Amino acid sequence: MSLYQTQKFLYHLNRDPAVQQRYRDDLPALLAHYELTDEERDAILAGDIGKLYVLGANGQLLMHFAALLGMPWADYLEAMRDGVRRHGPVRAGIYAMTTSTDEKVAGV
Amino acid sequence: MSLVFAGVCSHAPGITGRAHLADPASKDAFHAEFHALGDALAKAKPDALIVIAAEHFANFFMDNMPAYAIGMADHYDGPIEDPGWLGIAKTRVPGNAALSLRLIRSVMNEVDVAFAEEWKLDHGIMVPLHFLTPTYELPVIPVNINCQGPPLTPLTRAWAFGAALRTACDAVPQRIAIVGTGGISHWPATPDSGKINEAWDREFLARWQRNDRAALLDYTDESTYRDAGQGGFEIRTFIAVAAAARGRGTIRHYAPIPIFSVGCTVGTMDVA
Repeated sequence: MSLYQTQKFLYHLNRDPAVQQRYRDDLPALLAHYELTDEERDAILAGDIGKLYVLGANGQLLMHFAALLGMPWADYLEAMRDGVRRHGPVRAGIYAMTTSTDEKVAGV
Repeated sequence: MSLVFAGVCSHAPGITGRAHLADPASKDAFHAEFHALGDALAKAKPDALIVIAAEHFANFFMDNMPAYAIGMADHYDGPIEDPGWLGIAKTRVPGNAALSLRLIRSVMNEVDVAFAEEWKLDHGIMVPLHFLTPTYELPVIPVNINCQGPPLTPLTRAWAFGAALRTACDAVPQRIAIVGTGGISHWPATPDSGKINEAWDREFLARWQRNDRAALLDYTDESTYRDAGQGGFEIRTFIAVAAAARGRGTIRHYAPIPIFSVGCTVGTMDVA
């Protein structure tokens, strides 16, 4: 797993409007610049927030990708819960889930 | 001149971005205390404001992560986030590169701090400024402690960094204010967002108000992660302020607001 490369992509995407434009124009070409596993590449191509969360993406990076995808806050939280339902617990990083998938701490 | 003001506050993006989703009375009480902190800051007549923040990958990443960094520019742009998402319009905040240079040179005697002549402000600084200096006229010096990408700097070093900032402030002719900003316990940007360990927060804030160095440093990252979440790593900013101010603290507001993902905190500390 190359979590570092996944997070590096998200870091560039979040902070650089030029990268955001390349994201919209030709995402596969943009992703060729990062050493991603097929699993990571597929998750990014699909905008699969839940899978990226399970792969260990730092929430401070991931929540902005979700915002870029037009995902409201409640949907972002639910997408992560859904990722855990589908793929099991978070595999790396420091953003593991400590509540259950049917719990909504803040009501959303 | 010297350090003339010290404070702490929360900075969670929901404080502005999700304000409409919060209980209005809770939100208004917190926002009022946040603005009051700005009034107290203005009364101290500072020439510049140091914000000790814990940024979230706006400028620094794991390809070259500084434990400590200080901005050294004449202006800073922010927020880096989508203004609609954060609820804060994009703006340009004045800096003071010459003052930064003097402070950095002094701090370097004690702590190997990185400097940055370019710095994009994220919610970690923009949310505090939105309340403290809403017209963005006071020059700001952004300071970062890495609290996001482990391995993280030990708490003892965060204390040393705050002490070094104090020495630096006391050696310049300007009147300097310092505000540290971080969560206390919180699990931001995870499905747990909204979880808050109030007992842990109140214990930490009690130690902070006493400015009890030994007690403030008596946490490990393992225990903090377990009890206070990854957001709890940001206690480093509060610790640095305590080391800089040297006096006793007063928590002016503390209340968990789950939709803001954090126990919403406003405090001041005597400069001694």
